[in-house]
Amino acid sequence: MKKAFYRSHVLVCSGTGCSSAGAQDLKIELEDQVAERELQDEIKIIETGCHGFCERGPIIIIYPEGVFYCEVCIDDIEEIVDEHLLKGRTVERLLYREPETEEKIPVYQDIDFYRKQQQIVLENCGEIDPENIDEYIARGGYEAAGIALTEMSPEGVVKEIKNSGLRGRGGAGFSTGYKWDFAHQAQSEKKYIVCNADEGDPGAFMDRSLLEGDPHRVIEGMIVASYAIGADEGYIYIRAEYPLAIERLEKALDDAREYGLLGEDLFGSGHDFQLHIKEGAGAFVCGEETALMASIEGKRGMPRPRPPYPAQRGLWGKPTNINNVETYANVPFIIREGADRFQEIGTEDSPGTKVFALTGKIQNTGLLEIPMGTTLREVIFDIGGGPDEGKEFKAVQTGGPSGGCIPADYLDLSIDFDSLLRVGSMMGSGGMVVMDEDTCMVDVARFFLDFTQGESCGKCTPCREGTKRMLEILERICDGEGEEGDIELLEELGDHIKDTALCGLGQSAPNPVLSTIEYFRGEYEAHIYDENCPAGACPDLAGAYAISADLCVVCGQCARACPADAISKNEEAYIIEEEACIACGVCDEECPVDAVEQT
Amino acid sequence: MKSLEELRELRREVEEDMKNRSKEEKPEIIIGMGTCGISAGARETLKTVLDEIEKRDLDVAVTQTGCIGMCEKEPLLDVKLPDQSRITYGQLNPEDVQRIIVQHVINGEIVEELAVARLEE
Repeated sequence: MKKAFYRSHVLVCSGTGCSSAGAQDLKIELEDQVAERELQDEIKIIETGCHGFCERGPIIIIYPEGVFYCEVCIDDIEEIVDEHLLKGRTVERLLYREPETEEKIPVYQDIDFYRKQQQIVLENCGEIDPENIDEYIARGGYEAAGIALTEMSPEGVVKEIKNSGLRGRGGAGFSTGYKWDFAHQAQSEKKYIVCNADEGDPGAFMDRSLLEGDPHRVIEGMIVASYAIGADEGYIYIRAEYPLAIERLEKALDDAREYGLLGEDLFGSGHDFQLHIKEGAGAFVCGEETALMASIEGKRGMPRPRPPYPAQRGLWGKPTNINNVETYANVPFIIREGADRFQEIGTEDSPGTKVFALTGKIQNTGLLEIPMGTTLREVIFDIGGGPDEGKEFKAVQTGGPSGGCIPADYLDLSIDFDSLLRVGSMMGSGGMVVMDEDTCMVDVARFFLDFTQGESCGKCTPCREGTKRMLEILERICDGEGEEGDIELLEELGDHIKDTALCGLGQSAPNPVLSTIEYFRGEYEAHIYDENCPAGACPDLAGAYAISADLCVVCGQCARACPADAISKNEEAYIIEEEACIACGVCDEECPVDAVEQT
Repeated sequence: MKSLEELRELRREVEEDMKNRSKEEKPEIIIGMGTCGISAGARETLKTVLDEIEKRDLDVAVTQTGCIGMCEKEPLLDVKLPDQSRITYGQLNPEDVQRIIVQHVINGEIVEELAVARLEE
């Protein structure tokens, strides 16, 4: 089978970020423009998964040169086709510019955002067509499954994963090898494999991007796991809010079945494995493994006490192994390259890499993968570019609603499972939300607790009642009605909920509150005792805004931007009606002459 | 998939199509695509190059460049083998292009009578 030669491959990033910025239209326009110039037999256009640098999307990469174009819009396509694809001239104005030096960088590997990364799990994301199984195979895909099934014993696979030191990437960081061993040793005719793709943390999009960008990698990891523990059936539990991931996963499963990579007698080894998709309805608690299994069984998604652990009594009472998307995605690398090679990456107790979704008050929002042991500073400042210009970094929240806020003092902390736990946060699945001086930490705690309280399934009292009471107190503090003793009560309630809640959701729900009290107690006290929100974020406490009539140039931008219609025009200047002002600060951001001030 | 060998065979087949995206250094053919080049028939040169690559199953990067000032000698084509000087060929017809590909790109011998310039490594 000889394939046609294309002199150029044009990769259009179709991850969720770039898609929402219009990547699909770009692709159609590219195809039209290429066809108009009769270049369709010379140039191949490929849709890829997320390339990571979502902040600068939509992204287009052109090979063989490897030129990286960012923030491409539909009107740029004609120029790209005419100049680059036809005449071979790089369209300089679409290249990435280093913010400090203004230097234009044509190849993405040289951009700071990518330079400090090390990609194992994401190596194919943004580089291959996720809907084409051949491209995955061309990059060494399914080789690990082949090796495991034909050249290794199930015990050998378990041992290799144990030796690699791989720890669960879903949050808690339990040893994957030991988990597999428990399921392997369980005696049963029937066993199951489950992939937890119920990613629900606010601001997290790691698993989603991975499934959209390289679905076969996850499937391959599950094939290896099924062989290791002796399961012939598996489920990928994915939330229905991820339609693109589901679509690509379905296509990937169909292709894998057609190639005989799923089904019976894989690689002639005698091992059978069927894999299904189960769409979740979007309850956060279903990310908890016992609730997740209940949901697959068609029951209401509620957790149950452990033990028995899923490895003894899991899905339909059978021994079951559950891992997170990213955990499975690490498996092909370990089998192909060896546990020793994996051990060389990262730290001694947390080998390998970790994928993060970087969001919040940060310049380079995006998806990234770093070796464990990288410091928070490197991720936030070197890769992420730091907070927006002129703003001071205040804290970073890791671990989603289960994690904590880490203040600037710990910026040099190594990112690994144990270091993050020591400062009262956790690795979690990889959400990283950056906060700057304008973020109120009490409000952040309130936001996360509002989320977990709403997602509490209601089965156990500490979580159902406790988070509700904590939320009420936080709302009161934000509204300027905090009382003496509130902080102490929050701490007491938080400690009790952590100790007594049934599942991970409740046990970790107080973390954002407790960590913000620990590191930003002064802000809580200012709310309660001084009736002041130092960050100027809580509307009832923040000072109102006012416009200096001397400085105002009467451009009206503030009035157009004001969401509360609190700004109107006076003879010589605009004025803010104090009663109507919600102190959101939008006018301050919009004003071109800095005439707005908070009082 | 009946065996690991079958998978590896498939990989060898499908790998071809992905070579374009690899970062390894490989022979490069650069075609002058300025206005001068195009009006002198550079599109024809490019098509011949692509046909030859497909026919002979070569792993070569094909790129273009703009006007380099030697409009008189268009259509121009450069060959750059890894670690060797970049050779510019001029006033080419399709037969010349075929010859350059066989003699220079595949066998590594410069086609002296067609060469018009050399850019040292």
